[in-house]
Amino acid sequence: MKLVALIEFLRRHLKLVVRLCWLVLALLVVGDWLLVDKEHAHTPAEHWFGFWSVFGFVACVVIIFFSKWYGHRGIMKREDYYGDE
Amino acid sequence: MAMSDLWLHPAVILLAGAVLAPLLRGRARTALLVLVPVLAFARVLCLEPGAHGVVGFLDWKLTFGRVDKLSQVFGYIMTLMCILGSVYALHVKNPAEHAAAWCYVAGSLGVIYAGDYLVLFLFWELMAFASVFLIWQRRRAQSMAAGIRYLLVHVFGGVVLLGGILLRYHATGSLAFDAVDVAHPDLASWLILIGFILNAAVPPLHAWLPDAYSEATVTGSVFLCAFTTKTAVYALCRAFAGLDVLVPLGVAMAIYGVIYAVLENDARKLLAYHIISQVGYMVAGVGLGTQMAINGACAHAFAHILYKGLLFMGTGSVLHMTGQSKFTELGGLYSKMPWAFLFTLVGGLSISAFPLFSGFVSKSMIVAAGFEEHRTTAAFLLMLASSGTFLHTGLKVPYFIWFGKNNCSPATWERAKDPPWNMNLAMALTAGLCLWIGCYTPYLYKLLPYAVDYHPYTAYHVSETLQILLFTAVGFFLFLKPLQPTATISLDMDWFYRMGGRAVQWLVNKPLQAFDTWVGELYRVCGLAWLMASARVSAWFDGRVIDGVVDGVARGVRAAGDRLRHVQTGQFQNNLAGALAVVALLVLAYALTRL
Repeated sequence: MKLVALIEFLRRHLKLVVRLCWLVLALLVVGDWLLVDKEHAHTPAEHWFGFWSVFGFVACVVIIFFSKWYGHRGIMKREDYYGDE
Repeated sequence: MAMSDLWLHPAVILLAGAVLAPLLRGRARTALLVLVPVLAFARVLCLEPGAHGVVGFLDWKLTFGRVDKLSQVFGYIMTLMCILGSVYALHVKNPAEHAAAWCYVAGSLGVIYAGDYLVLFLFWELMAFASVFLIWQRRRAQSMAAGIRYLLVHVFGGVVLLGGILLRYHATGSLAFDAVDVAHPDLASWLILIGFILNAAVPPLHAWLPDAYSEATVTGSVFLCAFTTKTAVYALCRAFAGLDVLVPLGVAMAIYGVIYAVLENDARKLLAYHIISQVGYMVAGVGLGTQMAINGACAHAFAHILYKGLLFMGTGSVLHMTGQSKFTELGGLYSKMPWAFLFTLVGGLSISAFPLFSGFVSKSMIVAAGFEEHRTTAAFLLMLASSGTFLHTGLKVPYFIWFGKNNCSPATWERAKDPPWNMNLAMALTAGLCLWIGCYTPYLYKLLPYAVDYHPYTAYHVSETLQILLFTAVGFFLFLKPLQPTATISLDMDWFYRMGGRAVQWLVNKPLQAFDTWVGELYRVCGLAWLMASARVSAWFDGRVIDGVVDGVARGVRAAGDRLRHVQTGQFQNNLAGALAVVALLVLAYALTRL
């Protein structure tokens, strides 16, 4: 099947794919700096170079670690916590 | 007292279909399963604006068909989703499941076109009582228990709603389902609001949703994820647009769902938590209340019904084929179920609001409305939640099912392959619609209640979104280790009533039982046994001589009751279904005599 072949092709060249992804990220930030009109920005902070990149990354990290911290405060339980029902 | 005009409610088509479904077999039923929702959709498209189906009932005039822009956008998407869900469920042999699904959709349509609170309440309850069968049909012990909890919560919500409706009627003499004075809400409005937000799954009234949806049947949860919460969003749009408290509540929902999704191991339960998160955007939009925000709430409900349906279809097809829905039992399935992966990915990119996918053109309207109203904190928090959305639904779900560590047992691996054609077709159609909405904005924007002056595809917005999402992906792959799913469950608000139920059970079993035994002992010791014996003698005299005639009647009734007792099987589910059927017959008989 072609779809599986494509996925396996990408997996075989994983290093190249990862490098291309970094390139896309870099282009995105540079493009945001040079090309994008910031007229639509809602707050002054958004005019900073790469603001939303940093926001996205920090948001992701905050969500992961806050949730894990919260989960380990007694929220996560064994699967049979409520019995068999 | 006759119908003002012969107006065919789209819900009637589905209810008639629900009656017919068990009577047909084989190809005839397959044809019916496609035809009925298509007819309902066509009926919605033909509706003319205005008040239809006005029926006199006692002192009231009940309006079954209020058709305007707001009800039409919801009627349109509900019946469209009904087509897709029915195609997805074509292979299901059990007619009860189809009938339950259609009654449930009929309930949703009934609420959407209701012009007064009495009609709304009638269909509101129909939704709850029909949808619970989509949970029970899975026939696991856990599903039975989850269904009963689901029903109890919704009955509670219904009672609060009814209380609000009655208070409102008492105070104003009106049953009209219209905008509430959001500047000065009274007690009645608050009660109605509680009834609505319970169905919208606003914390702390939300725990029924992940609890029930993860236990429903594969096809049942595709229906469940669309109708209850979005019908509640419609009701909120109609009555509570601009109620400020909904903004913080909506933002809290958006973040709450994301936090629990990190901890979740069951793919369908994770998606259920993301319903809470996404409905949070809509609730916040209703709270903002501007035309743009209401448009955003409606647009996002529309887009959400499709992509969330698609996500439940994708993970449901994995459950259907492998019998597993937990990340710790799955992984590495891309070579076995490639198409299910692709469709789920489209759903994931849509919910994450990637450019060219449906979420991008709908979610951003709400956030933009927030910034326009200078609710900067709320808007930034919604942006934060959208990072979490991509983290889980766009990355975690596809990665840990189709890639990642292969946790499949040999049996799971053996069973895994792409699902039946009808499931694939439904997913392909839904995925196509997600892309269509994202690429051709006028399609959705023309359906919205207010004129749209909003352009999502500005360079700034595209750049902003791509940066947030792609750098979230960086975070995902950097912290793959802490994100590894673990075989745990997470306690939520349902802990209180699950444990509360146990406390009552313990109280009944232990102290009350002990007290009862003690009282019994006291009677015996005090020689009451003798007194009872003498009483029995006088009772015999009384019964034989005086009550002869009366007792004859009583024995007859008892014998009839006995026979009735043997007819019913003692199964709570069957009894409820029987009771509902009787109620439906009575309503039908009443309606026929009134026509």
